[in-house]
Amino acid sequence: MSVLVYTESENGKFKKNAFEVASYAKAVAEQLGTSAVAISFNADANNDLGTYGISKVLNVTNDQLKTFNAEAYAKAITEAVNKEEANVVIVSSSANSKYLAPILAGKLKAGYAPNVVEAPNSTAPFTIKRTAFSNKGFAHTEITTDTKIVGVSNNAFGIVENNADAVVEDFSPSLDDNDFAVKSVEVDKVAGKVTIADAEIVVSGGRGLKGPENWGMIEELAEVLGAATACSKPVSDMGWRPHGEHVGQTGKPVAANLYIAVGISGAIQHLAGVSASKTKVVINNDAEAPFFKAADYGIVGDAFEVVPQLVEKLKEFKAQNA
Amino acid sequence: MKILVCISNVPDTTSKINFTDGDTKFDTNGVQFVINPNDEFGLTRAMWFKEKQGATVHIATVGDASVEPTMRKALAIGADEGIRINAVPTDGFFVAEQLANVVKDGAYDLVIAGRESIDYNGGMVPGILATLTGMNFINTCINLEVEGNTATAIREIDGGKEKVETQLPLVIGGQKGLVEESDLKIPNMRGIMMARKKALNVVEPIDAVKATVDNKFEKPAPKGTVKLVDSADELVALLHNEAKVI
Ligand SMILES: Cc1cc2nc3c(=O)[nH]c(=O)nc-3n(C[C@H](O)[C@H](O)[C@H](O)COP(=O)(O)OP(=O)(O)OC[C@H]3O[C@@H](n4cnc5c(N)ncnc54)[C@H](O)[C@@H]3O)c2cc1C
Repeated sequence: MSVLVYTESENGKFKKNAFEVASYAKAVAEQLGTSAVAISFNADANNDLGTYGISKVLNVTNDQLKTFNAEAYAKAITEAVNKEEANVVIVSSSANSKYLAPILAGKLKAGYAPNVVEAPNSTAPFTIKRTAFSNKGFAHTEITTDTKIVGVSNNAFGIVENNADAVVEDFSPSLDDNDFAVKSVEVDKVAGKVTIADAEIVVSGGRGLKGPENWGMIEELAEVLGAATACSKPVSDMGWRPHGEHVGQTGKPVAANLYIAVGISGAIQHLAGVSASKTKVVINNDAEAPFFKAADYGIVGDAFEVVPQLVEKLKEFKAQNA
Repeated sequence: MKILVCISNVPDTTSKINFTDGDTKFDTNGVQFVINPNDEFGLTRAMWFKEKQGATVHIATVGDASVEPTMRKALAIGADEGIRINAVPTDGFFVAEQLANVVKDGAYDLVIAGRESIDYNGGMVPGILATLTGMNFINTCINLEVEGNTATAIREIDGGKEKVETQLPLVIGGQKGLVEESDLKIPNMRGIMMARKKALNVVEPIDAVKATVDNKFEKPAPKGTVKLVDSADELVALLHNEAKVI
């Protein structure tokens, strides 16, 4: 018996969410009185995972797996689950993990609970709290199968240091051509930019910004905060911003520590997707905008005046606190 | 090409979410049900394949008789035939098993499902379905072309897009982008009349395990009132000292 966690990496480096899911796996392992084992693909410095309580890392080194491939990764993880006799598998809420987890569920005949926000409140029965109804509610879900898959919501559990010594072991899953039936042809990704999924802070603009030519100040605000940029649905529908930035019920969910909404009215579909964020700031010139009811802090004012001032003040703040 | 579009019947996006029976059930009182938005994009893409490439399009839903109005709407949009699997969809794994059974019988080349339903947000049906049927699987699909036996798709990844290629038979988890918002079809009178005559077959569920059970629901704690501030200065101070997020 053990808890197996899939720790994501990119270009050899662990992603921030890898440390969060590792921390989560350690918490579950403690509850179950067992150890947390990680599986990583082409990652350097695997022993770093010990810092978050991982006692063993199965390290896969395989050039074919340099680009994420859901089926092949799921096959490798399934083998690792069998080898380690893992009964709980932990993944993140990244796009890749959400692609992989249901395949794993099918292969392992395992119940899968996504968007989990806390460590299990009971392990027998295995019950966890997760968001549902696009963040308009929570479900307390019991996973009843022998093997259980838990998808941890971003920024929900946090990173917890928990010193252990991670033993790194090479692991070579047996893969064949069938596992690569879906082939990656081209990856188009903006390098060096914080993505909505990874971001702790998200700066989002709505129709109140009037046009794509005014996004410079949103980007500047994001830059000074080390944040990702996002937008409301009409903004991406009109082509002012790429579809991938659209957040909300039918777009991306945002579970950031800080969400700043500029010129966004706060329609129910938008709020649903962002309400899991911890602190929400709204800048809107209409004091009656519904978003103010869902916000922690608000400025009633013209975005074209407020945002540049905020950028200025944040720069000063950063200079003082550097 | 024979296409199956999986349709989830979900509360309209503006629905207020409430629970009944000691917070163990979703309160459907006064709730309008619609085609899951992610499925609607897929259905419209299927219509494109029907019009341009002569595909046959079936729809399938796991649900009791209450889902039929939503299915009729999908038929009015242009699907040829509907299959209702007569069971209450309590768990994603269960739904995937029911759909997999229909897919095996129907010899479909392409199965289009939504990336996730906006009610339980499980996001697991397309992936489990693909695995159970041995079909290839592409998730978060925002573009799909099929030439002969080869499918080329674009999928959304964190921070960008990935172009992938595979062979039919294929399952996709689709979402916005699969077609433009403006191309979504609203059923017209003729479509609605025709839909009445289309077959809506009811099949009984197979035995399947329920892998998860939602024992209880909860609403988020009510929000305190917003703190309105006058200046950027004040906001920065609050974010640092009070919210501790910068
Ligand atoms: C099925 C369905 C699904 C949907 N899913 C989503 C979703 O996932 N995400 C989403 O965002 N929406 C979604 N919507 C759309 C949603 O209902 C709203 O239409 C949308 O969120 C509004 O976007 P907005 O706030 O940017 O624009 P608007 O509603 O036009 O609001 C603009 C705001 O900007 C303010 N403003 C204007 N000028 C200024 C200024 N100079 N300074 C400051 N403020 C200013 C205005 O006061 C106003 O509050 C969905 C709708 C449907 C029907």
